[in-house]
Amino acid sequence: MIRAEWMKFRSVRGWVIAVVVAAVAIVGFAVEGGSQGSCFGNSCAQLTGPGGEAVSDSFYFVHQPLAGNGAITARVTSLTSAVPVPHGGTQRAVVPWAKAGIILTASLAGGSAYAAIMVTGSHGIRMQDDYTGDVAGPAVHTDWLRLTRSGSTVTGYASPDGTHWTRVGAVTLPALPATVQGGLFTTSPQYTQTSLGVAAITGDASQSTAVFDHAALTWPAAAWTGTNVDGSSGPAAGPATGYTRAGGQFTVTGSGDIGPVTYGPSGIGTTPAQTLAGAFIALIILAVTGAMFITAEYRRGLIRVTLAACPRRGRVLAAKALVTGLVAFVVALAGTAVAVPLGQRVLRSHGVYLPPLTVLTEGRMIVGTAAALALCAVLAVAIGTVARRGAAAVAAVIALIAAPYVLSASIPVLPLGAGDWLMRVTPAAAFAVEQTVVQYPQVDDVYAPAYGYFPLPAWAGFAVLCAWTAVFLALALVTLNRRDA
Amino acid sequence: MRRAIRAEWAKACSDPAVPWLLAALVVATIAVSGVTIGTARCPAAACGQDPARISLAGVYLGQAIAALAGVLALGGEYATGMIRVTLTAIPRRRRLLAAKALVLGGPVLVASALALGAAMLAGVIVLPGHGFTAGHGFDLASWATARAWCCATVYLTLVALLGLGVTAIVRDSTIATGVVLGLLYLFPVAAMAVGNRAVARRLEQIGPMSAGLDSQATIDLHSLPLAPWAGLGVVALWAAGALGLGVALLRLRDA
Repeated sequence: MIRAEWMKFRSVRGWVIAVVVAAVAIVGFAVEGGSQGSCFGNSCAQLTGPGGEAVSDSFYFVHQPLAGNGAITARVTSLTSAVPVPHGGTQRAVVPWAKAGIILTASLAGGSAYAAIMVTGSHGIRMQDDYTGDVAGPAVHTDWLRLTRSGSTVTGYASPDGTHWTRVGAVTLPALPATVQGGLFTTSPQYTQTSLGVAAITGDASQSTAVFDHAALTWPAAAWTGTNVDGSSGPAAGPATGYTRAGGQFTVTGSGDIGPVTYGPSGIGTTPAQTLAGAFIALIILAVTGAMFITAEYRRGLIRVTLAACPRRGRVLAAKALVTGLVAFVVALAGTAVAVPLGQRVLRSHGVYLPPLTVLTEGRMIVGTAAALALCAVLAVAIGTVARRGAAAVAAVIALIAAPYVLSASIPVLPLGAGDWLMRVTPAAAFAVEQTVVQYPQVDDVYAPAYGYFPLPAWAGFAVLCAWTAVFLALALVTLNRRDA
Repeated sequence: MRRAIRAEWAKACSDPAVPWLLAALVVATIAVSGVTIGTARCPAAACGQDPARISLAGVYLGQAIAALAGVLALGGEYATGMIRVTLTAIPRRRRLLAAKALVLGGPVLVASALALGAAMLAGVIVLPGHGFTAGHGFDLASWATARAWCCATVYLTLVALLGLGVTAIVRDSTIATGVVLGLLYLFPVAAMAVGNRAVARRLEQIGPMSAGLDSQATIDLHSLPLAPWAGLGVVALWAAGALGLGVALLRLRDA
C-alpha cells in the first residue's frame, strides 16, 4: 500500500520538482541573508552574568566601597528620559524601563553580581538582581528606596514618606565579596518605537536623568565617585552621562541597561531562527503538494481505482499521510540541515551577532522544523480529504499558519496579548521549535515569531500542531469511510 | 458582454460553494476584528496603536477567503472541464475574463463592505471605551476612518481579482491558491526576515499585502512605506497584471 502511494508520488514529475524546490528555498533564504552587522571577530563578545547568560551591564554609578553589612537609603525625586529624534537632537519621552535607584554590586567590572532597588519609567518600583531576577514593588506611589545587606542577603524596601517601609524583596547573592561597591545609579535602555510594518521599527539609545536626595548610609561616610560602568560592546557611543552634586542632591544621568541581552530590533544581532526564514516558502510548496496528493485523485477519478484496490479506506489514508509526511520530512530535513549551520556562518561573516547554540538546540531546530513542515503537509492531506478540494485545503493550511505569524509580528495591528494567543492555539505554534532565546518581561523588545520569540516552549508548540493534525486526520477518516468516492 | 455576464451570474448562483465562501468571508473578517477590538487597549497618548487597523484586522484572514473565492471562480471550471464549454459559448477570452471579474468582484465587494462596515462600526463604538479617546489624540468618526474602510473593502475585492488572474495563468485551483497566498503572506514574512532596513522597506512597498494594508492606516501616515492610495494602487497593479497575463495566456493556449 505504501509502495503504491510512493509510486504515485514519484510518478508525478511536478510534485518531485516541487519538493526539491522546497528544500532549495530553505537553503536559499538562509544563504541570501541580506543582513549586515558590525560584529567581526570578538568585537561583540557579550558579557555573561553570574548565571552564565549574556547580559548588558551599562549604567552611571555614583558609588563608594562599602565593607560588611549596612543599609543605603535615598529618595528619587524625579526620573526623566529623552530619546533621539530623527533629525538630530532629543525629545522628552517615557522610557518604560528607564531605571534609577540604589545598587550594591560585587565590583565595577561588567557582569558582576548585584542587587538593586529602583524607580522605573512606567513599571513602578522594582527590585532586580543578577540580571534576570525581577520583583515588582508596591503599586502605590513611593519614591523612597532602601537596600540593606546582611551577609549574602540583600533586602530592598520602599516607602512613600521615609518612615513607613514596605519590604519589596530579599535575594541571596553568594558571590558578593566582603567589600562591595554601593550607591546611586541611573540607566536607560534602547528605546524602540514600532509604527507600521517591520520596516518602521526604529530604536536608538535613550538617556535618563534622575534626581536623588536624602542619600544616607549606615557605613562611615566616604567620598562619592562617579563611574560610567560600560559593559556594552561595539563601537556605538552612547549619549552623554555623568553626575552633579549640589548639597544633598545628586543629579545622575545614565544610558544603557542592567539586564539580560535580547535579540532582534531593540536587542543585538538576531536569533538563529532567521536562518529558517525559507521554511515559509517550503511550507507553502509542501502544503500545495500534500493537498494535491489526495485531491488530484478525486479530480481524475483515480480515487475509485485506489479504493477498489484497497477497500480498507483507513489504510489508504494512512499510507497517503505516511508517504507525504516522510517525503516532506526527508526533503525539509535536507534543507534545514544545511540551512541552519550555513545560515549562521553567513550571518556571522556579515557581522551579525548570534547567540551561541548548543548542539542539542541546533539539532532540535533542524529536526523540529523539518518535522513541523512534514506535519503541515500531512495536515494538508487530511484537510484535502475532508474538503476534496485542494484549494480549500491549501488556503486553510497557509492562512492558519501564515496569518497568525504575520499578525503577531505586526505589533501595532494586533495587541501583543492577542498575537501571543494566536501563536498558542493555531498550527503556527509549531514554529516554536525554532525558539532558542528567552523572552524577558523586564526588557522591552519586539518579541515576535519573526525574531525567534514564541510564546510557547518548543515541545508545547509542536504538540499544538500534532493535535491539529490528529483532529483533521480523524475527521478525514470518518468522512472517507462514510462517503462514496 | 451582457450575455456573458448573465451566463457567469447563472453559474455563480448555481455553485453551492459561493454562498458559503461569502458567508465565511463575512464571519472570518468580523470574528478576527471582534477579537482584536475586544483586546486592544490604549493606556496613554501616543500609544502607537491605530484604531482603524485594529478594527480592520479581520482583513488578514478575510483576504485568504477572498483569494479562494477568486481562485474557485475559474479553477472549478478547469477541474471539471467546464472551461471548454464556457469558451465555446464565449470565445472572446477578454470578454469572458471581464465578465468573470465583474460577477466575482461585485458580490465580494458587497460582502467585504458589509463585514468591514460592521467591524468598523464595532470599533467606533467599543474602542473609545478602551482608551482610544479624543484625549489620547484619536478622532474615530473622521474621514480617515471612512477612507480606511473604503480602502480595505477595495483591497479585499482586488485580492479576489488577483486570485482570478493567477488561476487563469496556472489553470489549477490548488496551485493558484498556493501562489496567491504565497504572494500575499510571503512579502511581509520576507521583510521581517531580512535584517536590512532598506530592503525590508522595499519589500513592503512592492508586496501586495503590505502595500495594500498600508491604505488602512489613519495614524503615522508619514512613516508608511507608501501613501495610502499608492498602496492600493500597488495591489491594483498586481491584480491587473495577473488578469492581463491571464488573458494573454488564455488567448495563446488551448483550454
